Amino acid sequence: MATLQLKNIIKQFGDTKVIKGIDLEVNDREFVVFVGPSGCGKSTLMRMIAGLESASDGDILIDGKRINDVGPADRGLAMVFQSYALYPHMTVEANMGFSMRLAGVPKEERRAKVLEAAKILQLEPLLDRKPKALSGGQRQRVAIGRAIVRNPSIFLFDEPLSNLDAALRVQMRIELARLHEELDATMIYVTHDQIEAMTMADKIVVLHDGVVEQVGSPMALYHHPRNRFVAGFIGSPKMNFLPVTLTGVTPEGVEIRLPGGGERSVPVDGVHLDANATLELGVRPEHLVLDEQGPLSGQIKVLERLGGQTSLYVQMDDELITIMADGDVAYRVNDTVRFGFAPERAHLFDAGGLALTSLQQHPLARLTRQDNRAATESASPGEQV
Amino acid sequence: MTLHRNSVAPANARSLPIRQLVLTLVGWSIALIIFFPILWMVLTGFKTETAAIADPSFLFSPTLESYQAVHARSGYARFALNSVVVAFGSTFLALLIAIPSAYAMAFLPTKRTKGTLLWMLSTKMLPPVGVLVPIYLIFRDVGLLDTRTGLIIIYTLMNLPIVVWMLYTFFKDMPKDILEAGRMDGASTLQEVFFLLLPLTLPGIASTGLLSVILSWNEAFWSLNLTSSKAAPLTAYIASFSSPEGLFWAKLSAASTMAIAPILIFGWMTQKQMVRGLTFGAVK
Amino acid sequence: MNRTRASGRTVGGLRTLSLQAPAVTLLLLWMIVPLGMTVWFSFQRYNLLMPEMTGFAGWENYEYLLTDPALWSAMSTTLLLVGSVLVITVVGGTLLAVLFQQEFAGRGIARVLAISPFFVMPTVSALVWKNMMMHPSNGVLAWLSQSLGLPALDWFSSLPLTSIIIIVSWQWLPFALLILLTAMQSLDEDQVEAARMDGAGPLAIFFFITLPHLKRAISVVIMIEMIFLLTIFAEIFVTTSGGPGLATTNLAYLIYIQALLDFDVGLASAGGVVAIILANIVAIFLVRMVAKNLED
Repeated sequence: MATLQLKNIIKQFGDTKVIKGIDLEVNDREFVVFVGPSGCGKSTLMRMIAGLESASDGDILIDGKRINDVGPADRGLAMVFQSYALYPHMTVEANMGFSMRLAGVPKEERRAKVLEAAKILQLEPLLDRKPKALSGGQRQRVAIGRAIVRNPSIFLFDEPLSNLDAALRVQMRIELARLHEELDATMIYVTHDQIEAMTMADKIVVLHDGVVEQVGSPMALYHHPRNRFVAGFIGSPKMNFLPVTLTGVTPEGVEIRLPGGGERSVPVDGVHLDANATLELGVRPEHLVLDEQGPLSGQIKVLERLGGQTSLYVQMDDELITIMADGDVAYRVNDTVRFGFAPERAHLFDAGGLALTSLQQHPLARLTRQDNRAATESASPGEQV
Repeated sequence: MTLHRNSVAPANARSLPIRQLVLTLVGWSIALIIFFPILWMVLTGFKTETAAIADPSFLFSPTLESYQAVHARSGYARFALNSVVVAFGSTFLALLIAIPSAYAMAFLPTKRTKGTLLWMLSTKMLPPVGVLVPIYLIFRDVGLLDTRTGLIIIYTLMNLPIVVWMLYTFFKDMPKDILEAGRMDGASTLQEVFFLLLPLTLPGIASTGLLSVILSWNEAFWSLNLTSSKAAPLTAYIASFSSPEGLFWAKLSAASTMAIAPILIFGWMTQKQMVRGLTFGAVK
Repeated sequence: MNRTRASGRTVGGLRTLSLQAPAVTLLLLWMIVPLGMTVWFSFQRYNLLMPEMTGFAGWENYEYLLTDPALWSAMSTTLLLVGSVLVITVVGGTLLAVLFQQEFAGRGIARVLAISPFFVMPTVSALVWKNMMMHPSNGVLAWLSQSLGLPALDWFSSLPLTSIIIIVSWQWLPFALLILLTAMQSLDEDQVEAARMDGAGPLAIFFFITLPHLKRAISVVIMIEMIFLLTIFAEIFVTTSGGPGLATTNLAYLIYIQALLDFDVGLASAGGVVAIILANIVAIFLVRMVAKNLED
């Protein structure tokens, strides 16, 4: 239905640049998630796409046409606001039909379209209610319904789930994914929650300080973060970082000495490294393994048992390292543990925070949600990819 | 609140009935003392002139004599009409001028917006006496002295800063998202204002209007100085009772009661919202 | 590309400007024209009773005014009136707000009764007080003191300014109460309970929690009352006509006497300029205060 291109978008408020030159391509029917910490410019970027904010510089193209000077209503977009922004004095039906009423669509046609959208969202019994009389989840659905009715080429979602409680958020996440399939539309979704990004996106755009840090599929970002920021932001609990010493570079990888003296070779490209470069090792908590022979050790400070899993917070010199271990580990607080990691699961970052390129691509790194769907369809039940 | 208090200090629980009784007594006594002059005025309006100047008493046989007398003096209706026309006319005008201005300030703010608002407020600081002479002379020269139009102009200008301020406060409280959603839905600025802003801020606009009506209705400086008979509102009419001292207390009371009743009821109804606007949102 | 930004901003600015134009223009005219005329007249010989006496007067009017003891008396009366009423209403209003914040039977109605005087027009309240409350022989107060065996007081001849202060305070006390009560309702109950857990008694809670919370509301009350109190007119006009002597003549009333009773436009205008200067001194502080409130 629609593609979106951003070319060197800049946004300035007074003297402060909040968006510092962003280039991006959104393909037809793609579900793209802008993710980043608060203040990274993700909402501003979306508001510029929506036309609620003007770009200070650069071009915004929808289906190849520059729309910088087109009003928000004429861009063929619909937006779902964080606060839902329902019109409190109108019924659900009037809310959903407002855009058509402004456009002068006859009443009958309006009603038909509203009913159609209401059916998709199971809102039919609520059409005569006012927003005040709805629950949070219902309001959310009305806001989505208002967008669907406009039949937009691109849906914009501005942190739509952040006002819902945890259980409802999971449910709405699933509903949105289903909706994406059903409507077959291009969707852009802003969130600060990396779990939402990981679960829903075909393509994640990680933003930080007005700059795109990395663009890629969820699995690509998880397995091959381009830099330390993305590595720390994607994945939960956060990746652990340890200072290490470079001891040598071979065609098979980079050899390092770990704190505590153990040595390892990490399969990344180190050809351009200086001999005395400072490096940082990154390993995700779920990739650290408790191991009596492991090269690393520390004292357990906190132990969180979740049942199936146990999080260990281990003091190593100045760092508190998180380890995701099995639910049945028998350790107690103040015990000293030894642990290690598989080198191909580890990441190395140079002094500038850039990741050294992996020598092997992770098999799932190129997987998108569409592939995921295809995979589950072909795989027999019970079998997991 | 009281419940919490009990749970924190259970020792208080036993003494609570006494505390309640004292509070009720003190609260009501003070409220009645403050309200007494109004109450007394209302009561006096139902007395005969003789009873009105007799020793104070709550026991009397009520009569509508004074009300009939005030009514018979053709004057009263005219003064009341002047008050109504002037108060509502000036309020309508002030709202008409203030709404676009407040809209711009709340939703299209520029660097100068705050300064403009403060400047508007500062014009309220200009004492009317400071400009009484020129206004009087201008009005005399263009024939606005003792006309409703003249008073409407003055009251409109007098209340404009407060009206802009109050509307600004109410508009600013409106979630911007809703207007943006309207814009995404294709609303023009005018449609935004009529379909979304005005319906949603109606309570605020109404209380702003009511405050403006109250201030105009009760205004006495300009009405006493710029009108004499033709356009004089109730404030001036009531002031005319000041000369023949003590002679017509019952009639004065009846007239006064009629003059303040509508505004008093307005005030009771809108007190909460008025506070928000009056204090420029500084007090919630 | 820079073009887009520049034009975008100008268009928005223009829109803002055009929407604000009516209000701003009117207020500007309302301020500048009479103000300019007042200043102009204040330097003229201009008496409506003596049309042949015209021309530039220089500082004559000011000289006459500033050497006239009436001006100084009027200024001190103005300040005394404003100051006393402010103290009475703010202190009284705070205490009443604390009282009406407590739960008691019929509190809602009691509150409404207590704020009622604010809505009464000044001429009515002045006349009611003058005739029915403070009248030396038939007033309620006279009757009360006689019942207690005390001589009746002739309020307006023996305590003229005090009488005016009482009337004006009665009108503005409810206003302070209304605003402070509203402010008090937003006081975080958790804070009070935390203080109570820390061992604070009712007095400590009032001074360390309630009063600081009310600071902002109190400043707003002071500002708004000041705007209206500096120009008290009707209450004096209806009750004492500024007398006896000059005892209750404030600046507003003095100018009124000179302009509309003595018809001396030049002198009255000079008085107006003095009133404006006085108001502006006050305003500078007040506007700053409000500006600060706007920050957060």
